[in-house]
Amino acid sequence: MRKALIVGATSAIAEHVARLFAADGDRLALLARDADRLAAIADDLRVRGAAQVETLVFDATAFDRHAALIDEAAERLGGLDTVVIAHGTLSDQLACQAAFETARRELDINFLSVVSLLTPIANRFEAARAGTIAVISSVAGDRGRQSNYVYGTAKAAVSTFLEGLRNRLHRAGVRVVTIKPGFVDTPMTAGMTKNALYAAPETVAVAIHRAVTKGADVVYAPWFWWPIMTIIKLIPEPVFKRLKL
Amino acid sequence: MADRYQSWGRYPAATQTASRIAWRSDPLPIGNAPARDYLPFGNGRSYGDSCLNDGGALLDMRGLDRFLGFDPATGILRCEAGILLAEIIDFALPQGWFPPVTPGTKFVTVGGAIANDVHGKNHHVAGTFGRHVRRLLLARSDGIRLWCSPAENAELFAATIGGLGLTGAILVAEITLKRVASPNLAVETIRYGSLDAFFALSSESDRDYEYTVAWVDCLARGKALGRGLFMRGNHAAPTTRERPAAPRRRLAVPIEMPVPVVNALSVRAFNATYWGKAAARRQAVQHYDPFFYPLDAIHGWNRIYGRKGFMQYQCVVPEAGGNEAMREILDRVAAAREGSFLTILKRFGDVPSPGLMSFPRPGLTITLDFPNRGVSTFALLDRLDDVVRTAGGAVYPAKDARMSGDSFRLYFPRWRTFARHIDPRFSSSFWRRVTAEAEVPS
Repeated sequence: MRKALIVGATSAIAEHVARLFAADGDRLALLARDADRLAAIADDLRVRGAAQVETLVFDATAFDRHAALIDEAAERLGGLDTVVIAHGTLSDQLACQAAFETARRELDINFLSVVSLLTPIANRFEAARAGTIAVISSVAGDRGRQSNYVYGTAKAAVSTFLEGLRNRLHRAGVRVVTIKPGFVDTPMTAGMTKNALYAAPETVAVAIHRAVTKGADVVYAPWFWWPIMTIIKLIPEPVFKRLKL
Repeated sequence: MADRYQSWGRYPAATQTASRIAWRSDPLPIGNAPARDYLPFGNGRSYGDSCLNDGGALLDMRGLDRFLGFDPATGILRCEAGILLAEIIDFALPQGWFPPVTPGTKFVTVGGAIANDVHGKNHHVAGTFGRHVRRLLLARSDGIRLWCSPAENAELFAATIGGLGLTGAILVAEITLKRVASPNLAVETIRYGSLDAFFALSSESDRDYEYTVAWVDCLARGKALGRGLFMRGNHAAPTTRERPAAPRRRLAVPIEMPVPVVNALSVRAFNATYWGKAAARRQAVQHYDPFFYPLDAIHGWNRIYGRKGFMQYQCVVPEAGGNEAMREILDRVAAAREGSFLTILKRFGDVPSPGLMSFPRPGLTITLDFPNRGVSTFALLDRLDDVVRTAGGAVYPAKDARMSGDSFRLYFPRWRTFARHIDPRFSSSFWRRVTAEAEVPS
């Protein structure tokens, strides 16, 4: 039975991961901004079989509160062995280009908050010589594109940070999983026209649950993003810069 | 995704905006960019235009798919209205509970099941879905939320059961599930040769079997008119030695067929073979999935009817004179050579529904489906309506895309009382169609 912390628990992907944990009978601590939404999810997860569900209101950019929230969650669950980080915003690229303050806020939410959370979590797991950390990065971090490079930068930084963390924690027996979803049909992408590449949040959640259960380093979700991104990464920069992506 | 907001019969086409509802704590997205009017949309399993709002907006309720509570001692389930019966079964059946009433597909939302007051093969003992709703939480366009039950806001409760989504958006429902001993059913299938034989079998079976229904060979005429296969079953005991497996593979119709695969030839072949090959009497223990939901196994089966879609027609006629009316309906269908691929016959019981606008009423009900061939199909259905009107019956709004306003108002004489409970900002393609030439009270 896991004692799992889920950050950004009201995101569609995280909610479905939590349902899979609940079906496993796990103990869960949920962090998100909105107390009403957290309460709705908590009730649902209890019905679905979670042994315990705790909710904590969380602000991604209130960095100085993060360590205390993690301690609180661990205390309520009687320990912590799994962390899933799923919060984030899909940045408005044009707004980020227009104003540094907007770009900085996006980087704070999508990158620095992950560092802020993972610093105490990594130290805790390293000391315990056990634990699994899964973080939702994005295929957008694999290559910078004009349409969303501020978001992509944050996700690339997350992926690199996780790579380093995995390298550090491997010796301590702590697993670090980087999840790279492609397009997901969630409220975050509600304004976009959907095509065949869009996956359901349930599909991505199943991939995350599998990665957390069985272990993996980097997971593309759905899997077909791995060959797509491999090809995109191979395009030489003199060609890539001319593409409208 | 645009594909999502159409009805199961894929006729008529409608253009409407849609917003997804993901949280019951959020206000309904009404007012910031006002649309002409709004209609809740569940999972698009209504066949006609009752789930469409051409020129207006849809509130996609499917994101409300959370449980609020379940008492495994009483079977009382509280859940959000966008949850599918399929999801309830996955959750509750391992604990020995099943939906008290289920239509022929498990891919309907609870909200949709209430709004259409759906029925199943057990209507003669269990009544409609609405009978098993203890209370519901309704969100109105003015921001007010109301708990409705037979005791609280009782009139609005009665209007919402079978209210076609027009009384507001159902956010939460509390329903009583049914205790079952196993996921299986003990089923008997009996081949019968005439309409009279159906009536005899139905009378004989309805007392001892929870589920009864007949498949009818719609092309048989003369003495063989109404012949078919009568199916009757009960939830099986857990000790049954046979362990039927849950169907594994899901077939799919991945794309719309360029022309309807259902045509006179295939209907004749299917109906004749299905009846001809059946054993006179067959007993089996069957998994609930193929028993209740044979068509769910073929994902997107509605696409076999091609671009123009298809028409379902379900009517009920009162017991008195019902035999003659049914004979007349089958005769008119056979004469029109518009063969119905699947024809289903059942006797409704007299368990009353709490719904003001509920379709099921005591009598005989028949369900037919026709590829939409345009004028000739519409003309046939009008001729069937003539029979239903004369017999004092009714046609099922959830499956309708064409009945006249006059017919509707005759079938549902309480429509004026109902109209007073409609949310002033809610409407549907169906409602506008059947009330177009009438004065609607508000």
